[in-house]
Amino acid sequence: MFKIINREEMAQGTIVLNEIEAPRIARKAKPGQFVILQANETGERIPLTMADVDPEKGTITIIYMIVGKSTTLFGKMKVGDEYFAVIGPLGKATHIEKKGKVVCVGGGTGIAVLHPITRGLKEAGNEVITILGSRNKDLLILEEKMAKVSDTLYICTDDGSRGHHGFVTDILKDVLAKEDIRLVVAIGPVPMMKFVSKITKEKGVETLVSLNPIMVDGTGMCGGCRVSVGGKTKFACVDGPEFDGHEVDYDELSKRLQAYQADEKLSLEQCRQSL
Amino acid sequence: MVETKVKKEQTPRAKMPEQAPEVRKRNFMEVPLGLTPEMAQAEASRCLQCKSPACVEGCPVSVNIPGFINKIAQGDFEGAAITIWERNALPAVCGRVCPQEIQCEGRCILGKKGSSVAIGYLERFVADYAREKGTVELPKIAPKTGKRVAVIGSGPSGLTVAGDLIVKGHDITIFEAFHQPGGVLVYGIPEFRLPKAIVGSEVSTLAKMGVNIETNSVVGATVTIDELFQEGYDAVYVGVGAGLPRFMNLPGENLIGVFSANEYLTRTNLMKAYRFPEYDTPVARGKNVVVLGAGNVAMDAARTAMRLGAESVKVVYRRSRAEMPARAEELHHAEQEGIEFVLLTNPVQFFGDDKGRLCGMECLKMELGEPDASGRRRPVAIAGSEYRIECDLVVVSVGAQPNPLLTNATPAISLNRWGNIVAHPVTGKTTKKGVWAGGDIVTGMATVILAMGAGREAANSIHDYLTIGW
Repeated sequence: MFKIINREEMAQGTIVLNEIEAPRIARKAKPGQFVILQANETGERIPLTMADVDPEKGTITIIYMIVGKSTTLFGKMKVGDEYFAVIGPLGKATHIEKKGKVVCVGGGTGIAVLHPITRGLKEAGNEVITILGSRNKDLLILEEKMAKVSDTLYICTDDGSRGHHGFVTDILKDVLAKEDIRLVVAIGPVPMMKFVSKITKEKGVETLVSLNPIMVDGTGMCGGCRVSVGGKTKFACVDGPEFDGHEVDYDELSKRLQAYQADEKLSLEQCRQSL
Repeated sequence: MVETKVKKEQTPRAKMPEQAPEVRKRNFMEVPLGLTPEMAQAEASRCLQCKSPACVEGCPVSVNIPGFINKIAQGDFEGAAITIWERNALPAVCGRVCPQEIQCEGRCILGKKGSSVAIGYLERFVADYAREKGTVELPKIAPKTGKRVAVIGSGPSGLTVAGDLIVKGHDITIFEAFHQPGGVLVYGIPEFRLPKAIVGSEVSTLAKMGVNIETNSVVGATVTIDELFQEGYDAVYVGVGAGLPRFMNLPGENLIGVFSANEYLTRTNLMKAYRFPEYDTPVARGKNVVVLGAGNVAMDAARTAMRLGAESVKVVYRRSRAEMPARAEELHHAEQEGIEFVLLTNPVQFFGDDKGRLCGMECLKMELGEPDASGRRRPVAIAGSEYRIECDLVVVSVGAQPNPLLTNATPAISLNRWGNIVAHPVTGKTTKKGVWAGGDIVTGMATVILAMGAGREAANSIHDYLTIGW
């Protein structure tokens, strides 16, 4: 069960793609939904939004950046190795409909999550303008795939090594000024989603964001993933992971993501020493 | 005859050997150590062997209590185990977590004048003996019927249904959302009250009997009930528990350091965070811990916090001692371990630092007013009595609601206004043909044994359906 049948390294090995056998999940999964993965019996349960599914082959694809112990363990697994547990599909699927002109904004590994949603929006007949951001050109992922499902594609890098030298929000502002945009989907680091939402709120443009807080079960049982949306507490695992970007309390989310910072550091250090 | 009766009443009830409070409050090993064979036999010989035993009436699964106790008294411990297994597939669990004082032991005639027979201790003794010996024969399986039953959830009610129906010759598959079977027995009840190896052993007994267990399967998401029928299942039992934590909607509740009991206990028990970093999942280790609520789960959380190294653990409860819903034994164990009960006190809000971490909470003193709908005197706030408790970890343990994940995906199953499944009070039949339900998803949060009782009734009804019809 949950065998890795394809593995690719991206962004100079800092980001890894795994295609995993999970026929039941692949049959049901829709864009925007996530799975919870556990590398081995002592491992932590990690939520990741799926980057792709192939119902015929019975596989799902995840793309993750190696940041802590769990993603280090994931990254060490080879083709043929098996995940101890994969659970899903969890969360609500993205509501995809024809809106007109839409903007898809992606940052970091958020681009992987954004890809199936962008493809869905394009297939639904929308004109898709995509804006991708990364720290530098080497860390940018899925550019070709995103180009295929977009009518217009902008690239931004923090260091100017590729495309616009600056943030995705610079381009977004220009696009919003020139075009009649009906929907913005923003998926990436919390500050990116926060600033995108700030800009679109001023313009009154509907905005969807996908959140990835700390979770345990992913089925609504623990409440660890609670986020404040419009002043109300929501569970990202069952009420989300997508929410109205204008209503999310990003500062609270950023803080809650730091809850186990000291433990995570200790865990990663021990893991590196043992490797 | 008269002489023996007097003697039985005079023999004192067995006292369970326990780890000393000062030692056990810092480890996760089981608190009660179990009776020795000699102690068990002496205790068993106290039983009056009543002709119409009230204890059996008090047992939700009608274990033949005088029967197994008589076998213990005679030294036939294996026979005692077989007698229990006829009615109860999980005796090692029930001997530990059943509220015997309001069930079997609460009805014991000896208890009217002195102290009742320690039925729970004896059940545990027999189950542990049989497990450690490992030679007791499994129950016989009836010839295969060719009928397939899907059991959703591997908690106490699901395991009971699986155990009852496999012996009747049906093919059983249990679907469990987590990576490990056992439900609340593994994620909720702590190691020091119910060692996970024991749950694992009871589950593996079922597996040996032929029950198929599919973990990592969230029915409602990974597969729906209708798809299970399409896959050829003839009947479905829903025993998914009460898996949606209740919060209090107080200001500051989303600060880092405020947890649901579900999360705190799941991290610690299922994910083994008490062994971090050997296990990867962390859990917050508070210095000054407050647990809100006073049920069994609250006691589990408070005692867990103490074992994770807390300097102080307070249970904050808005009513008085008499209304605390936890079992007397749990309250007693908690107090022995240094847990402080702060009664007639209600939380108002939580305070955090600039990093969003909890640093204290505001409480109000309460007094008891007129009785409310539940018959308990309602706590009323005393105006101006606000005060602050310093704390860096709060565990909210004020109950759980039904988790809507499965029921939302299955509209043909009717729910009541609280989201619980409407099921026939005896058979457990739901409004969807071929689907039964039982345990906390029907009743709201209750006990392990009540869930098992519901599973027993549903299993009988499912068997009738598979052999006679709906």
